[in-house]
Amino acid sequence: MNVKLPLKASNKPIIWSLFAAGGTVTALLFPALILLFALAVPFGLLPAELFSYDRIQGMLDNTFIKLIVFALLFLSIWHAAHRMRITAHDFGIRADGFIAFLFYSIALLATILLVIALF
Amino acid sequence: MKLTNGNYVRPPARYSWWLRQGRYFRYMMRELSSLFVGIFSIIMICGLYQLSQGEAQFTAFTSSLWNNFWWLSVITFLFVTYHSYSWFIVTPKAMPLRFSGKKVAPWIIIGAHMILWLICSIFIWFIFTNGGAQ
Repeated sequence: MNVKLPLKASNKPIIWSLFAAGGTVTALLFPALILLFALAVPFGLLPAELFSYDRIQGMLDNTFIKLIVFALLFLSIWHAAHRMRITAHDFGIRADGFIAFLFYSIALLATILLVIALF
Repeated sequence: MKLTNGNYVRPPARYSWWLRQGRYFRYMMRELSSLFVGIFSIIMICGLYQLSQGEAQFTAFTSSLWNNFWWLSVITFLFVTYHSYSWFIVTPKAMPLRFSGKKVAPWIIIGAHMILWLICSIFIWFIFTNGGAQ
């Protein structure tokens, strides 16, 4: 086929590269982060003092660390929201407009809370 | 189900199709892992918010996470680890590489990602336990 298609600007490459970036950073970092922050203390792998208010606050005083934390959580929450929207369809829920509104709203609220918490 | 023209069709199992075969089930578990990615992201964001509210709120948050919700963390850890594994297993299909004209073997691409995952995990753990305030 030799049909000339009109060049049309699409937001899909940007959205999909963000989605893929979210999936990749989540895959690389989340298991270790959950083990570290949520499981290490209850399972006795690390002492609770490592997670003291002063220590964590001190780490987040570093702007570079702050930006990394922001980027990681921003990408992961939007990755999850978009994928949950698709998964809802696979589970037989056909109200895509409502589902999209619901999950993207949660992601937006979480992003706002993250900005308030960090900056 | 009888159609108006008299023919019969089997209605699709809209809600339960994924329980029929092992690979459908694994696909669904892989996609469902995103729910747990979302849950843990929100837990982390809430933790950061409580941190910004002061020491008492942050301590209340960590003790609740560790004492009351450790079971949720275990489930989340299992699903998120499955997300990582399944994400790296498909990398040769998502980004087929060519090196000097030859296709790179899938196991090399998968293996490189798995090793990167291991290095990142050890790095995070080491930086957190040894770094920070001197």
